[in-house]
Amino acid sequence: MSKMTGAQAVLESLKREGVDVVFGLPGGVLLPLYDAIYQSDIRHILVRHEQGAAHMADGYARATGKVGVCIATSGPGATNLVTGIANAYMDSVPMVAITGQVNTWLIGKDAFQEADITGITLPITKHNYLLRSAKDISRVFREAFFIARTGRPGPVLIDLPRDVTVDEVEFSWPEVDLPGYHPSVRPHEMQIKKAARALMEAERPVIYVGGGVKYASAHKELFDLATKVNAPVTTTLMGIGCFPEDHALSLGMLGMHGTKYANYAVQESDLIVAIGARFDDRVTGKIASFAPRARIVHIDVDPAEVGKNVRVDVPVVGDARSALLGLLKEVGPKPKGPWNEKIDGWKKDYPLRYIPDMNIIKPQYVIEKLCELAPEAIITTEVGQHQMWAAQFFVHRDPTKFISSGGLGTMGYGFPAAIGAKTGRPECDVIDVAGDGSFLMNSQEMATAVVNDIPVKVAIFNNGCLGMVRQWQELFFEKRYSATILGRTSPDFVKLAEAYGAVGLRATKPSEVEPVIRAALAVDRPVIMDFIVSPAEKVSPMVPAGATLSEILELEWCDEEQLCHLEKIYAEGRREVLGQEGF
Amino acid sequence: MKHTIAVIVENKSGVLTRIAGLFSRRSFNIESLSVGATDNPDYSRMTITVQGDRDVLEQVIKQLSKLINVIRVSELDAGESVERELAIIKVSADKENRSEIMQIVNIFRAKIIDVSQRSMIIEVTGDEEKIDAIIQLLRQFGIKELARTGKVSMVRGARVIKA
Repeated sequence: MSKMTGAQAVLESLKREGVDVVFGLPGGVLLPLYDAIYQSDIRHILVRHEQGAAHMADGYARATGKVGVCIATSGPGATNLVTGIANAYMDSVPMVAITGQVNTWLIGKDAFQEADITGITLPITKHNYLLRSAKDISRVFREAFFIARTGRPGPVLIDLPRDVTVDEVEFSWPEVDLPGYHPSVRPHEMQIKKAARALMEAERPVIYVGGGVKYASAHKELFDLATKVNAPVTTTLMGIGCFPEDHALSLGMLGMHGTKYANYAVQESDLIVAIGARFDDRVTGKIASFAPRARIVHIDVDPAEVGKNVRVDVPVVGDARSALLGLLKEVGPKPKGPWNEKIDGWKKDYPLRYIPDMNIIKPQYVIEKLCELAPEAIITTEVGQHQMWAAQFFVHRDPTKFISSGGLGTMGYGFPAAIGAKTGRPECDVIDVAGDGSFLMNSQEMATAVVNDIPVKVAIFNNGCLGMVRQWQELFFEKRYSATILGRTSPDFVKLAEAYGAVGLRATKPSEVEPVIRAALAVDRPVIMDFIVSPAEKVSPMVPAGATLSEILELEWCDEEQLCHLEKIYAEGRREVLGQEGF
Repeated sequence: MKHTIAVIVENKSGVLTRIAGLFSRRSFNIESLSVGATDNPDYSRMTITVQGDRDVLEQVIKQLSKLINVIRVSELDAGESVERELAIIKVSADKENRSEIMQIVNIFRAKIIDVSQRSMIIEVTGDEEKIDAIIQLLRQFGIKELARTGKVSMVRGARVIKA
């Protein structure tokens, strides 16, 4: 192989890893790298803030299953990536972040735009590298992509000092040799047999599915298993779409804002089969009273997750797909029984519902309309009430088509993630379900969407407040709305869209919702839909933090006594776990 | 409850930071930590003493194993392994009490490695209790300075922990 500069070696490495698009923003120390990008055929999407680049790489990765790549310069560029990297780490998203760094001889001297980004990102990356020599570039890039996409996926950061990109190097492509990294994939046969036996013996099983099934592309195997043994399936926010929600065995989402029937089923179950999920506090509610009568089978590719939050009876360490294939071989068909009837009864008695309104737009109604008019669209979300409504009222059927910030809960995620998803899957409609608070956190990326001709659609659920926090203030802080009312301080989103050269549409009453959505879907340009929705609407049902899952309440149908009880649970919970589970 | 673990890591810059960072982020308590190169200079061996119940220990081992630069993590059962610490202690000493100090040094099979008009430096190795005991006895003379390593530990017999 011929001699090349370090920057060219970076591009060659990216090419060999199959990267065809990167999201980034240049800077001083990145001049040599960007010069090489200029001369290469890799597609570079110029963002307007590095946080946008990280979320775009993340959205791209979740939509395509490939490793997303973002680039930022040293110092502030690198630190602007931090939220996006932390977000990808919490949700196990395969990503490689490339940061510029000052010349190696200046490192540690507080040089201009220097930041210790490997130090800063230590706890939020799966691994990171500070390159000190051009000869290490190809090895490190190959390792980084390997680490990012194998085992439990996650972000890997490579810090690239300027001189390393300038130095000449003989390019080679060494095999990955990481003696300390063994991403376990094949689950133990004995454990699979035990899990299968537990599933066959169980009278009231629930399969609880997280993002691990999505990353292992194991949703087909999950479907086969669940339907073979007729076990109901509930998903976490990250697992949404892994099981078709219009199927009779689907329980929808569980947890704080899950369905009543999912939470009842979990609490009543005698067996939980957790697959690629991590028993997060938003899912389990009060951990001590979580599924009190259930044995727990926990299948996870990351051994550290098994036994971290709950006691596990049958641990299975391995890739979700291999585990499900193994289980499928071991279990025999099982007919529907009284458990299925009980669940069907709950589903009939406690459906997800809201009080429709003829005059004011209910946010749930907008989600239902989106689902009706764009059932195959990729939905990304920001974080807050709208996120929960999108999880609850859209009928999800495809794990790659619901993209949301779960673990970190990053407002400002959904819009750049939508741009990333649309970049990777241009044939799909991509709709960012947003709040008027969240959208402004990365609205500058509208310039990116317009300039690069990435026709994503944004549906702003404009309720004039930071709704989720306001909801908690209403319920638990005697309606003292501290710093949550945005009122008219938000910009005119239609004009904002137009200012960027995008299309702005607005619906102020229910009858306008459908025409606005149709118009947005019909145009092949970025669009903001500004839905002026009911400001009083709360996300329901709800399990207050620190309460048991079965203490779930439908807020719109609560009587005074139930509301008092809710407040009491919350107050107790706060005392008990102050600083841990409080909002 | 205290547990001792041996961790074989790649001998690279930043590895100690990764391990220390992991302990602080996950709220694991490090009681002592010592590190040095192994026979193979590509690897270092750390001996870490952690405080916590079995669940904590299990998490510590699993989380450490996730670090890319960590090659191997093994728990060392106190009953089946030898443990040593080293301390050097500068005590006040004059001609009145010098011989008394030397007697203590002899009992503990410690060594005097420096003597001056007003002080001596004592070197002692042993398990934690032994070091604690000699420090306790020397305190009456006035300890001017104390430097103590973390524990190093090794399993007795044929079992070997290496990369």
